[in-house]
Amino acid sequence: MLRTTPFHSRTALLCQAQNWRRWAGCVVASSYELSHDREYWAIRSAAALLDVSPLYKYLVRGPDAARLLDRIVTRDIRRCAVGQVMYTPWCDEAGKVLDDGTITRLDEDLLRLTAAEPNLRWLHENSAGLDATIDDVSDSTAALAVQGPASRAILRDALEADLDSLRFFRATRAQVRDIPLTITRTGYTGDLGYELWFDGRHAERMWDHLIAAGQPYGLTPAGMLALDIARIEAGLILIDVDYVPARKALILARTSSPFELGLGWTVRLDKGYFVGQRALRAEQARPPTWQLRGLEIEWDALERLYAEAGLPVELPAAAWRTSVPVYAGDEQVGYATSGCWSPLLKQYIALAHVRAPHTAPGTSLAMEVTVEHRRRRAPARVRELPFFNPERKRA
Amino acid sequence: MSAPFDAIVIGAGHNGLTAAAYLARAGLSVVVVEQRDVIGGATVTEEFHPGFRVDTFAHRMGPFSPRVFEDLRLRTYGLEMVWPDPARVAMADGRALSLFRDPSQTAEAIRPFSSGDAARWPAFCRTVADAARLVDAVRQSQPPRLPDPGLRDLLRLAAIGLGLRRRGKRAMAETLRLLPMSLADLLDDWFESDVLKGAVAGAGLPGLMQGPRGAGTAYALLHHLAAGEAPGGVTLVRGGTGRAAEALAGAARAAGVEIRTSAPVERIGVRSDAAVEVVLAGGEVIPARRILSSADPKRTFLTLVGPEALDPAFVRQVRHIRMRGACAKVHLALGELPRFPGIGGGDAELRGAVMVAPGLDYLERAFDDAKYGGVSERPFLEAVIPTLTDPSLAPPGRHVMSILVQYAPYHLKAGAWEAARREALGDAVVAVLAEYAPNLPAAVLHRQVLTPLDLEQRLGLTEGNIFQGEMALDQLFFMRPVPGWARYGTPVRGLYLCGAGAHPGGGVTALPGYHAARAVLRDMSAS
Ligand SMILES: Cc1cc2nc3c(=O)[nH]c(=O)nc-3n(C[C@H](O)[C@H](O)[C@H](O)COP(=O)(O)OP(=O)(O)OC[C@H]3O[C@@H](n4cnc5c(N)ncnc54)[C@H](O)[C@@H]3O)c2cc1C
Repeated sequence: MLRTTPFHSRTALLCQAQNWRRWAGCVVASSYELSHDREYWAIRSAAALLDVSPLYKYLVRGPDAARLLDRIVTRDIRRCAVGQVMYTPWCDEAGKVLDDGTITRLDEDLLRLTAAEPNLRWLHENSAGLDATIDDVSDSTAALAVQGPASRAILRDALEADLDSLRFFRATRAQVRDIPLTITRTGYTGDLGYELWFDGRHAERMWDHLIAAGQPYGLTPAGMLALDIARIEAGLILIDVDYVPARKALILARTSSPFELGLGWTVRLDKGYFVGQRALRAEQARPPTWQLRGLEIEWDALERLYAEAGLPVELPAAAWRTSVPVYAGDEQVGYATSGCWSPLLKQYIALAHVRAPHTAPGTSLAMEVTVEHRRRRAPARVRELPFFNPERKRA
Repeated sequence: MSAPFDAIVIGAGHNGLTAAAYLARAGLSVVVVEQRDVIGGATVTEEFHPGFRVDTFAHRMGPFSPRVFEDLRLRTYGLEMVWPDPARVAMADGRALSLFRDPSQTAEAIRPFSSGDAARWPAFCRTVADAARLVDAVRQSQPPRLPDPGLRDLLRLAAIGLGLRRRGKRAMAETLRLLPMSLADLLDDWFESDVLKGAVAGAGLPGLMQGPRGAGTAYALLHHLAAGEAPGGVTLVRGGTGRAAEALAGAARAAGVEIRTSAPVERIGVRSDAAVEVVLAGGEVIPARRILSSADPKRTFLTLVGPEALDPAFVRQVRHIRMRGACAKVHLALGELPRFPGIGGGDAELRGAVMVAPGLDYLERAFDDAKYGGVSERPFLEAVIPTLTDPSLAPPGRHVMSILVQYAPYHLKAGAWEAARREALGDAVVAVLAEYAPNLPAAVLHRQVLTPLDLEQRLGLTEGNIFQGEMALDQLFFMRPVPGWARYGTPVRGLYLCGAGAHPGGGVTALPGYHAARAVLRDMSAS
């Protein structure tokens, strides 16, 4: 059965393209217009409104709530202050990533976990002996992202909240008329942006309110296609695309550790027990074999490949999500998992898993491209992630 | 804080003491911490009425390891095992059947019940002995490392396989067929006499939350059999099984082991996934390089270590260990010896186990009650009168009777194990015995009833399961305590299991303790 989000009555009216996709069992708009261009540019130059309700959301409550999450995820949740948000992956016993999401400490004894996959059973299995209750609030909690340089100004007008002191990856409570909500300064675009969390019963009123308040600033509803480009520019990985969650991996080689996904910074081996700690400790002692890297396909070389076929460069219309071989000379040393033309950076970029020792920024590699039905290799340069990291994101 | 011990052993049951003695003999500094004010764990002989002493828990030996007996020179520390003959007398309507150590003598005893069964008994003994030899070889060896067995594991397995093969194809086929069978199917294959079938089944059933028609119960018969013993063999200790623990403690102390009683461990401290200390109730912290726990696996991991420090998959495995308590114990202080009109031959006949297991239906019905959370209306009983082996356990002329009662499930469907329930159980046991020994009720001077809840509370034994985990085929060998962790080590570095919850399981064998100590020494030499 196709499920809809609490905003469906609004998004359905707007979705002229009838371009929908499934996300966690819900239908969400891929793009509202026939092309996602305008929605993308809203993210980068004004503000975009995104329905992110399909995320799985869990409220963990009780004296051991933080301990429960701390024993699951790689980051040190005991150090997560009230009003702080932490991005973190979590792993199975073998230290392979199961999922990634954010944890918001709403109160000393109340935390919210967001996830891409259902995690209720995993939370329960890990709660043995702990004094914590787990509520799956995925369906009852609506979530909207307001992302882009104008997002702060819009929310300042729309909400009664102290946005100016709300720093990157912090949360605050707010109120719109009679609707209580939490605002987190988070998002999946790598830009200045916020996410709003509130009871789904208020979804339509909240949507209408924000659309009205955002109108003077060019607030534009945006779909997943626009978001996909923004998140690649921001170097943010996507489950099932850039990594296979360990539970779905048919073979061991498909699993990834946080170190291999560029998430080594989230792994706090020195904290108390967490699932996968033993394996990650052993892995950390070895130099990593795989690394997640950015690739920038060299324009001039790409142009030459197309010129040989008598064509100008043909760029992908939207972000692609297929596995594409990456070479060092004749040897395949990795694979790219998503890529796009960045309209903002004017670069053809990709996220790639690259094997050591070819991971140093600046290394010359090549990525397979298909030019007029023929497989060619386009020179590409290894780049540090993210590709795009504006000051305003944290300012 | 004092210098850490090389090893702390949790629990002064016979396995903990065995492990401690072996480790100390290898030069380690070892302390044993026991929650009770007495040592012995499930092998302890205590006064239950002024002047009357009884084995509070186990009243006979499992097949006690001859190697441990020799290595630790337990004879010199006072352990004297006796082999009553007949080993068992099984009560039946007005008659009794004795099982002797010598199969031909037993065959004669069977003849009045069935001449066909009498003729088949020696062959049955041979078949069981072949299978028991395999079980014994497995018991004597450590489980292989799975799923990647080492070369030594494979050689050992090959040797066990070859040993079995050498007995001939037929013996091998018989053994493999027998292992997963039910006791009832096995016995129906061989015999017609219900009394005989009940007597043999009763030797396999103790501790199982299964009736004789349960799959895999035939294995239990083999498990409790020493190599070379006829089915139903019984080994007692003069003075009670507590003597076994005292002898082990003597050997351990001589090797330098410190034994502390009234020292309940509240917590096993884990740092960076290594066990580093135990914390006693009251707060005392004892650091150690390694810790061996003879508390049952659920107690050890879910309570002492705590699930927070363990992988969820492992916690799930441990939680799923079946530990359904099925037994109670009744102890009687007797003014005179019970007289069983069905038994001739005098007191000597009663030195082994006296059984009320008069047939397969009787046993299965006793289990039927428990299957639905009730106590057997007519329970299966295994009684020992230890004063016939050592009169000093009671005042002159008086006697003691120790009775293992089955089935008394830990989980009752209705109500709880409160006082009235306990006394009703005691009454039922005395009433059943009185059918065979009419003088018994009047001879009772005092009665003690221990329910499965009492067993749990006294020994820290989860659900009162007498073997620290049911001895079912899926919980044995490389699956004991849980698949993947059968080699005494645990996911917590430096923490080992050394009690009946580990291979080869429950019974007074000393083998879990022995193997665990060897596993520790193996790991030490490997690192
Ligand atoms: C009622 C009963 C009858 C039985 N009958 C027979 C029989 O007739 N024949 C036979 O072969 N087997 C019998 N068994 C089984 C056999 O006795 C056991 O399998 C065996 O004795 C177990 O020895 P162990 O050393 O592994 O464990 P235990 O003897 O149980 O020793 C564990 C010790 O750890 C201690 N402990 C637990 N928790 C803590 C803690 N937190 N801190 C400190 N100490 C702790 C306990 O007090 C106990 O002393 C019987 C068992 C019971 C309970």
